Amino acid sequence: MGFENFGTVTFTTEAKTADFINYLGAGKVMATRCKKCGATYFPPRLDCPTCLSSEVEWFEVAGKGKLRSYTRVNYGPSGFEADAPYILALGEFDGVQILARLSRDIGENDIEVGMSLKVSPLKLPEGRLAYEFRRA
Amino acid sequence: MPERNVCLIGGGMSSWGVREASIIDMAQEAAKECFDDVPALKKEAIDGLLFASSYCGRSAFQVNIAPVIAERIGVKPTSMCTRLDTLCAGGSAGVILATGLIRSGMADVVMVAGGEKLYTPQRWETYYSEMASIDHDWDGAQGMGLPPPFFSMTAKEHMKRYGTTKEQLSAVSVKNRRNGSTNPKAQFQKEVTLEEVMSARPIVPPLSLFDCTPITDGCAAVILTYEEKAKELSDRPLVYVRGTAQVSLHSMSMNWPGEHLGDWVHLRTAAKRAYEMARVGPDDIDVAQTHDCFTISEIIEMEELGFCKKGEGGPFVESGRSDFGGKIPVNTDGGLLSCGHPFGATGIRQAREILHQLQGRAIRQVEGAEIGLTHNLSGLNVEHTILIYGREP
Repeated sequence: MGFENFGTVTFTTEAKTADFINYLGAGKVMATRCKKCGATYFPPRLDCPTCLSSEVEWFEVAGKGKLRSYTRVNYGPSGFEADAPYILALGEFDGVQILARLSRDIGENDIEVGMSLKVSPLKLPEGRLAYEFRRA
Repeated sequence: MPERNVCLIGGGMSSWGVREASIIDMAQEAAKECFDDVPALKKEAIDGLLFASSYCGRSAFQVNIAPVIAERIGVKPTSMCTRLDTLCAGGSAGVILATGLIRSGMADVVMVAGGEKLYTPQRWETYYSEMASIDHDWDGAQGMGLPPPFFSMTAKEHMKRYGTTKEQLSAVSVKNRRNGSTNPKAQFQKEVTLEEVMSARPIVPPLSLFDCTPITDGCAAVILTYEEKAKELSDRPLVYVRGTAQVSLHSMSMNWPGEHLGDWVHLRTAAKRAYEMARVGPDDIDVAQTHDCFTISEIIEMEELGFCKKGEGGPFVESGRSDFGGKIPVNTDGGLLSCGHPFGATGIRQAREILHQLQGRAIRQVEGAEIGLTHNLSGLNVEHTILIYGREP
């Protein structure tokens, strides 16, 4: 399994981080840490952008994060036409920052900058996978 | 060969807006205006053609477009003929590269052209694959697509931290639409009132209709050459390329390089480098064309380019200090908000307006302008590009 089952896309990529999707299927949102220089990355990078080493390891983004900013998409791009409107948010977690959809369980009036979030795998129709922010 | 001084000598534009014309038709219109602008310039003298376009592969279904355009405008490049893409800054990147080619002696007379055909006969196709202009696999997979949602976050952050108001955002639109109202090339040639801007329908709050640049078809072209050749081809005052910079510090939302979304460190870095290369500072700039893709963008650009202090961009634009008669007139031809934004053409449109300003032949002339600046922001604020031009080398 690889990127063909990830998110909502109009073009399917092939990338070295395809294991990310397998982890999602197993219920985990993963990032990478460089074994050589310690730099952490989300989205995951199998070759470290900081020191260019290929010795990286996966770790789960399991802790609580904070909402840094958010916005509303009223006009969805290709593949998202039926989803709009939806909320996109930036979340700060231990060592990484993540952009993701905010769960529809959180009403727009209840969103607050600084609120606690977790990032969780999301099952979409037809076996597709993504991740989203939920209340922590 | 010793380094040569490089001059901008002429420019042209197709009309911009919703066009029943192909990108190649419009490139030809813009190129023709260049030749009309510099009558002594013969087609045979052009040895380089750079064409900036991001979406021609998608919306015009034409890749390797530079040779197609060369043929249509009747030039036969012998030093360089290529397309380039840095989205909203493609035209400015072309001017920077042409400057390097000419300065080093690798080319003598270069046409830098650019443009987009974004409206398509099947309207559902129009500009609907914008996820291609960000990190598609990750930001795109979350449904981050067209720019307004991203810039609404930026506006909210600036309003929260610095007290910037919706009235101040609107002041940018009122000024630029007034400047564009006398520009025959602009997509919108009609002024808007503060009340109209304030009450327009929301796009993504706090941004409403007149806070956002439209979707535009159009092309533009300019001619660059070395100083001696410029004197040979034109009797007008010489306009030199003095300083350039293109700074790229990240490519996606989660790698944002600033302290917060209203902190544009990549623009500050570009400005510092361009000012140093041009041996000038922000107070020396007489006229500027900055990237008003959204009203909030122009406000933050005033701060990061050093025209006012950080956080004071809102009062700066509201009090008229970026207008004629103020500290520095900005977007004198109407900017993106009036002219529209066919990505690869925008930096070239700005270069042409600075050329006209420094030669004293702009439609809305800044009296005695000697040093001018252009600025572009690319993509979801991933890159900043600056050029500084002057009447002296």
